[in-house]
Amino acid sequence: MAKFKAKKQNIAIDMTPMVDLAFLLITFFMLTVKFRAPQAVEVQLPSSIADTPLPAQDILMISISQDGRIFFGVDSKHVRLAILEKIKERYGYEFTEAEAKTFSVLAEIGVPFEQLKSYLSYGELERKAIDKKASIPTDSTNNQLKQWILFARYSNPKIRIAIRADEKAPYPVIARVIETLKDQKVHRFNLITTLEAQTKS
Amino acid sequence: MAAEVGGDSGAPKKGKKQGKARKPKKRPRIDMTPMVDLGFLLLTFFVLTTTMSTPNTMPVVVPPKIEKKEDVEIPKIAEGKVITLLVGRGKVYYYTGVENPELRVTDFSPKTGVRKVLIDRRAEVEGRYGKDEMIVIIKMMEEAQYKDFVDILDEMSIIQQKKYALVDITPEEKELVEEYKKSTNLS
Repeated sequence: MAKFKAKKQNIAIDMTPMVDLAFLLITFFMLTVKFRAPQAVEVQLPSSIADTPLPAQDILMISISQDGRIFFGVDSKHVRLAILEKIKERYGYEFTEAEAKTFSVLAEIGVPFEQLKSYLSYGELERKAIDKKASIPTDSTNNQLKQWILFARYSNPKIRIAIRADEKAPYPVIARVIETLKDQKVHRFNLITTLEAQTKS
Repeated sequence: MAAEVGGDSGAPKKGKKQGKARKPKKRPRIDMTPMVDLGFLLLTFFVLTTTMSTPNTMPVVVPPKIEKKEDVEIPKIAEGKVITLLVGRGKVYYYTGVENPELRVTDFSPKTGVRKVLIDRRAEVEGRYGKDEMIVIIKMMEEAQYKDFVDILDEMSIIQQKKYALVDITPEEKELVEEYKKSTNLS
């Protein structure tokens, strides 16, 4: 007698709950995602036990790279455009619409005012190349960081100052930045750190 | 006459449709695989791009600058309450008092480092002057890195030291450290 072969059955798995869950998660991440603006300098933050989160708005960020180059950034497009207006007024540079638009989306700027116009007219790749060498001058005779901070505080009086420096940044540069802040009667600022894993205590 | 909307319920209805033979409804099977693929692709994308961790900050307050013109008297403090830390790269040179400073060295290690030095000194000051009287003077050396700066401020918050000041290093102190380094190299 021939054996009956068990008929192969196509098992259909009901995927509906999985799909539901996946889309729920997508919705969640889509709503919570906050795209990180591309930063001009990569910074390895030092760790500390400080656990106060950085406020999300009204931040003026001074970034200091590992080799002590200084970058300036504000978080709002609005303030950036206001700062550009101030630069126009103060230094008499003219910026085209396109250059202003480029400026308004840049998270960080690290070029002296004199090079700003040409920097903004370049493409993204050239700008990246410049960012590798650029720095805002902070010499006592030509302290442009001071101007940047001044403009930013004019444009947004509520702005809070944060320093985002690489853990290997040389201290004299930090001291110069703090000195610049003190010159403008900023005695309260924030150092951005990552939360320390419990290795130290 | 009321217009019929939908009408997929099996119950017989009044109106035009009454009596009409209805086709048995067949549930179409939709292959959901491409949708699921796309869904998970998007999910992966958002999981990877999202930045969940917000950076933390350490608030710092620095003393206002004293203008040369202003005749501000620098507050005088008792010698016995003070400890001065000269922070170098990964190392802390320290001395107590003001006259004839005797330099010693420590580091940032948790149990034996600068924290212990500060706690010992605090106990000593507390015995003589009372609670919360110790004053820490922090002087950053040029060789120091940002990390050292954060570390020393961190130590202040760990031991809950409220009275500390960031002061510029003097040439004498620089010399002192240089001498110290030389003497330890020789021995």
